[in-house]
Amino acid sequence: MEHATQMEKARKEGGAARRMLDGLTSSAVWRSVFRHGLIQTNTDRALTIYSNVFLHVHPVKVRKSSLRLRATFCLGGLSLALFLVLTVTGILLMLYYHPSTPRAYEDMKDLEFVVSSGVFLRNLHRWSAHLMVIAVFLHMLRVFFTGAYRPPREYNWVVGVLLLVLTLLLSFTGYLLPWDQLAYWAITVGTNMAGYVPILGDRIRFLLLGGHSIGENTLIRFYVLHCVVLPLAIVVLMAVHFWRVRKDGGLAKPL
Amino acid sequence: MRQQDFELEKNNDPTAVPKRVALVRRDVSLRVDAESEEMVMSAPHLVLREVIAFELLVAFLAAYSLVFDAPLEQLASPLKTPNPAKAPWYFLGLQELLHYFPPLVAGVVVPTLIVIALIVIPYFHINVRREQLWSRRDRPALLAFGLAVAGLLVLPAAFGAWSIVATSFLVSALMIACFVHPREEGWWGWFCQLSLPSWIMIWFVACATVLTLTGVYFRGPGWEFVWPWQ
Repeated sequence: MEHATQMEKARKEGGAARRMLDGLTSSAVWRSVFRHGLIQTNTDRALTIYSNVFLHVHPVKVRKSSLRLRATFCLGGLSLALFLVLTVTGILLMLYYHPSTPRAYEDMKDLEFVVSSGVFLRNLHRWSAHLMVIAVFLHMLRVFFTGAYRPPREYNWVVGVLLLVLTLLLSFTGYLLPWDQLAYWAITVGTNMAGYVPILGDRIRFLLLGGHSIGENTLIRFYVLHCVVLPLAIVVLMAVHFWRVRKDGGLAKPL
Repeated sequence: MRQQDFELEKNNDPTAVPKRVALVRRDVSLRVDAESEEMVMSAPHLVLREVIAFELLVAFLAAYSLVFDAPLEQLASPLKTPNPAKAPWYFLGLQELLHYFPPLVAGVVVPTLIVIALIVIPYFHINVRREQLWSRRDRPALLAFGLAVAGLLVLPAAFGAWSIVATSFLVSALMIACFVHPREEGWWGWFCQLSLPSWIMIWFVACATVLTLTGVYFRGPGWEFVWPWQ
């Protein structure tokens, strides 16, 4: 009822554009998708959140204090945003990439000299990856210093630690893919550390590399880990993480 | 039921007694005095902020990517070992440790301990009380603190890990400064109200930052110390 009178009032005040917009939002197609009008009443605002599968991770109402920048510095949200940017740019990069030697390196050169905006695409992916490591780590520090890991959020803190580890692994496996000297020797140093594990060290290293030294087998293993296994794992854990943020009482109260 | 049959624990500290039972007589109505908090609708207040944050991020990434190119060296070759060969930057702190400590310690024990320590944080009620470091402001407390720091620094000093020793000294100097000049307000007040676990986290982050920066900018051929412009 409230909605109808407001629409009526707006229609009288607005011009042709207003009438078109109202016609659109009250059309059968619009209603079948969104089930609510533009944000004009509190009913619309509530429906916007809980009739949308993505926005549904949010509660309908939030504490005003937790909206302040100093409450979260947006770090969790930025980590997710960076993951989304990395997914989109990563899929585009996959269109130009062959996980074989030395083709992988030649693809990097093609991105530089043949593909339109290829360098820009690779830059976006690489800098976002570095920034994501920093963002996730800073997010962890924010949660620690605001005490937001305390009961009942202890389980979600553990999920968060696993997400940090997965972020590092994603970045590390991606590091090898350009197949240049930087990639090759960084992964050599990194996987040598796995070899220091007592008793099982050499076997773990062999499993990671698909051989005794880094070669084509390593590249395909890291490619599959980087593009399929680890992204799937991190998406599942992110789903748990976001769901638990809500179930454990939303954002912790700022101190 | 007589009063002497049982004794209820009376405590107003919710951190000491997290699970509470309230006994309410049948003829009394229940009322909770909760702090009323101002709430706002998520749409548009929260959603709009998220969209703005996302757009600012993408704008920043695009601008940065237009100016700075991702590094690309020559084709990988197992025969040409660069000197030094460096791990990705986020593992350079560990690689720096590898320079001081035996491989088992730097490559396996330390990273495993870090992950375990992070995981157990919420299960040991760490930081729950948020008690200030110097809640006991007396000489024995200061002496115990000094001995603990000195004891912990013996190991890195024995291995010649002077960057860790120096960073630890700086952090403990800050902690002692909070003992000498306690404040309530301002940024210094924020430091002074920190609990011991918070200080341990600060120490960890400080050491990790110093080690990583050393690995990234101050290590040259043979893992010798160099200046970044050399």
